[in-house]
This record gives sequence, structure tokens and C-alpha cells, in this order.
Amino acid sequence: MTFVRTALGRIGRYVFLCFLVVFFALPVLWLVTAPFDRAPALRLSLPEFTLDNFRLLMDNPYALRSLGNSLIISLGTMAVVLVLAALASYALSRVRVPGRDLLLYTLLLLSSIVTGTAAMVPTFVLITELRLIDQHLAVVLVMAGGLLPAAIFILKDFMDNTPQSYEESARVYGASSLQILRHVVVPIARPGLATIAVWSVVQVWGNFLVPFILLRTANKFPAAVVMFTFYTEGGQPNLALISAFSLLFSVPVVLLYLFVNRRYGFRFYGGIKR
Amino acid sequence: VRQSATGDAAGLGRLRASGFIAPAMVLVGVFLVFPALWTLYLGVTNWRLTGFAAAQPEFVGLENYLSALTDDRFLTSLRLTLVFVLGSAVLGQTTIGFAVAWLMRRTAPPVRAVVETFILLAWILPSSVVAFLWLALLDRRDGTLNAILGSEGTAWLLEYPMQSIIVFNIWNGAAFSMLLYSSALASIPPSQLETARMVGAGTWATLRDVVFPNIRGHVLTNTLLITLWTFNLFTPYLLTRGGPEQRTEILPVYVYQVALRDGALGPGAAISLIMILINLAIALAYMRVLKERRR
Repeated sequence: MTFVRTALGRIGRYVFLCFLVVFFALPVLWLVTAPFDRAPALRLSLPEFTLDNFRLLMDNPYALRSLGNSLIISLGTMAVVLVLAALASYALSRVRVPGRDLLLYTLLLLSSIVTGTAAMVPTFVLITELRLIDQHLAVVLVMAGGLLPAAIFILKDFMDNTPQSYEESARVYGASSLQILRHVVVPIARPGLATIAVWSVVQVWGNFLVPFILLRTANKFPAAVVMFTFYTEGGQPNLALISAFSLLFSVPVVLLYLFVNRRYGFRFYGGIKR
Repeated sequence: VRQSATGDAAGLGRLRASGFIAPAMVLVGVFLVFPALWTLYLGVTNWRLTGFAAAQPEFVGLENYLSALTDDRFLTSLRLTLVFVLGSAVLGQTTIGFAVAWLMRRTAPPVRAVVETFILLAWILPSSVVAFLWLALLDRRDGTLNAILGSEGTAWLLEYPMQSIIVFNIWNGAAFSMLLYSSALASIPPSQLETARMVGAGTWATLRDVVFPNIRGHVLTNTLLITLWTFNLFTPYLLTRGGPEQRTEILPVYVYQVALRDGALGPGAAISLIMILINLAIALAYMRVLKERRR
């Protein structure tokens, strides 16, 4: 009896595992086969190997420009978040500002409830009134505003755990506070800063909604938005282009993920992905 | 001397510290706090994208809220959102995520690596890419799913739109629950599981009497977080555009259609505020759980 039950349990386990692998792998396989297929179709098939699709991608001005736009927007947001969060978290960590914890928790709460989706309307109206519609700067500012509270929160925690003795001695030798920040604190806090940098790039790189509502002209679209404009002259999705483009667009995220995974273990990445 | 007592090792002083904090606060204030507060005002106007009301919006009182709450399309959208969140996040992602975490404890490392890699991949790929992958999978004429099931010509996104986006979101987001439950299960004292095994408790009894009481806090945390995220998920728009016949018009899609596609910014802002308040309720519940867990 127990033997039968154990056997059945084991079979059930393997059936379930197979189902899981098929369910989760099936949609993704297209991303590895279609880009290298001579005639990519929607249906999954073994590719007749070619790199022509990537050549097509290189010749398409919108495709390349959109990847450049994604790069501008993500690196721009990263720079803003990194500099402002480093300054703020350092000051919050070292100087007792009244109501500091309340401020931090309130901002964190706000950033988790005022999401791009829920605040779509006021954000759009604000950017329109500021005459920033259809500018990359608008996307950078809106994304940075949303990411900053969490970035400050994580970095402050990090700064709290770095020793202060170096700063004291630098001060004894007459360094100004900006010099101390640049030459003493930043090198010590580098792992924390790297984490925030990777995290903000990942958040912005794949974001569809914010550029979708704030940008108008096709040559300003980032990769996430431009994908849905790739059609052939016959009105069908241009699969050769879309497949190669999707792969190229996904690779940086996967690489960054592997980087974070190797350095900090993926539990950490799990904690910070929104 | 006073400064080092407060931990101000770099000698910033309050004034310079405020200077360091101010730029971040200004940016957050303008692009996060202000829009949220402004929603209160926008929602009581007839602000439009184009036309006369675009130039001179008028005060309309609570009209936007009243018409939203009596509008069938809004109420239907609210109901669809509930179905979507319950089905895909609370039931789907939680169950799959927990089941994987539970089974993986005693699975050979290579198998475990394969399963986890694919689940994580579904989670980390850009949303536009995963949306297109599912459009390809579910395509009526040439989709892989129809080829495998032999269900030629089934238009999944037209015939079963809500079911499709629910399954899509389970696939898309199960990774988070898997990660969270993996670490939750690792925190259960092995001696308790050992005792359960010694007294011959079956799987269900072990789960009910040993595992669940230990990870109750994690279950609540996980449920509230994925509820909040799923409630704000815009990706289903890329699969169905809210259709057919508004059958997948969940709130994120609804607010987009009303405010940005049709240009009714005032009524849209009213819906935005309702969404922010629902988010607030979920977030406050989450913070309460955290506080109780810390105790």
C-alpha cells in the first residue's frame, strides 16, 4: 500500500515537473529559434540557420535608433537616480534630520502606490503642461521620480553599515564634504551603488507604459514601444525583424540578471524587482 | 564634538545635509507626489485632451466619480480586474510558485536549475517581448499551441480572452512567488519536518500542520505584493487591447482607453484616484502584516 502510494506520488511529481518545464519553456523557445531561421514563422520550428535577420535589423533605421533611445533613457535615468540617491542617502545616513524615518517610509509607500499605471493621467497632464511631451527627458524624470524613494531607502541602509572612521580622518586632513563623498564614501559604497545602477537600468530598459504615453514620434520610441510597429508592406508582422530585435533587446536584461545573480544571489534580485 | 555624537563623521552639518537631500526631494516631489495630489483636483474637472475643455477646464464637482460609479463599463472593468487579480495572482502564481518551491527541495540540482531558469526567464524578459511571444504562441492560424493541441483555427485571444491573459500572467509572474516561498521553506526548522516524517504524517498533513503555520507571514506578504503588482499591470493591453468587446478591459487598460485614447482626462483622473486609493489600501494592509511579523 505504502509502496503504491510512494510510486504514484513519484509519478505524479515527474508528470507535474514535465508539465512545468513545457509550460514555462514553450513560449520562450521561439525567441531562440526564430531569430536564426531563414523563414521565421509564428509556429515554433527548428531553424534553417542564418544570420540574415540580424543583417535586416542592422539595415533598419528605426530598430537601431530605438535601441539607442532605450540606452539613452535607461542610462539617463540611472545617472539621475544614482547621483541624487547617493547624495540624499549619504546625508540621511550621517546627519540626524528630524522626521527622517517617517519621511523615508512615506516616500517608499508613495512610490509603491503612485505607480505608472495608477498615476497615468496626472503624469500625462503634468508633462503636457510642462511642454515636455515627446522628449526623452520627460521619460527620464518620471521614471527617476518613481525609482528614487526605493533607491534612497536601499542606499541609506547600505551607507549606515559602512564605517565612518575614514571620513573622520579625511576631515582631519582638511577635505571638504563633497571631496569626502567623492573620494572616500563612493569607493566604499561601490557595491551598493552598482546594485542601484543595475536595478534602475533593468527597471527602465523594459518599461513599456511610460514612454508609450509620453512619446509621440516613432524615431524617439525606445525598443519596448517600437517593437509593435514592425510590419511588412503586406500588413503582416515582420517576423524576421521582430524575432532578431526581441533577442537583441532581451540579451542585456538577461546578462545584467546573471551579473546580479553571480554577485549577490538571485534572492536579492527578487527582493528588488518591482 | 556634538556632530560626532550624532554620527556626522564627515562634518556635513544640517545645512549642507539639506542641500544634499533637496535635489532628490524636489524631483520626487514634482514627478511623484505632486501628480498624486493633483489627481484630487483633476478628477473634479472636465479636463480634455483637445477641444474647448482643454483650454478652459471647468469645475464639475463629483460628477466624474458619480458617473464612474454608475457606469456599467467601469463596474464591469472593476469586476474583470478582480477576476484577473484573483485568478492569475492570488490563486495561480501562489499555487504554482509554492508547488515549485516545495517540489524543488528534493529535486536533483540539474533538474532544479532547468525548471528555475525557465520560470525566471519568463519573469525577467521585457514585457513587450513576452507579450509578442504569447501572441505567437496563441496565434489562430499559425500558433504553436494550436499545432500541439491539434485545435486548428482556435482564436484563443478572441474566444477565451480572460482565461488567456490569466494564464499569461501566471506564466509571467510565478517566479516571484517561487523565490519567496523557496526562502520561506528554507526558514522552517528541519527538526519539525523531521518529526512530522517520523510520526508518519502525509504530505497534506505536513503542509497543514507544520509548513503553513511556519510561513503564514510569508503567505500574506506574497499575496499582498503580487496583488498590488497585478492590479497595476498594463501588459495584458499588449495581448488583447482590452478586447474583444471590452472583455479584458481591466482597470489599467480602462483608464488608458478613457483618458488617453478618448481624451477624457477629467473622468480618467477620477479613475486614477480610485486606483491610487485601492493601491493605498493594499499597501497599508501589507505594512500592517510587516509590523505584526516583526513583533
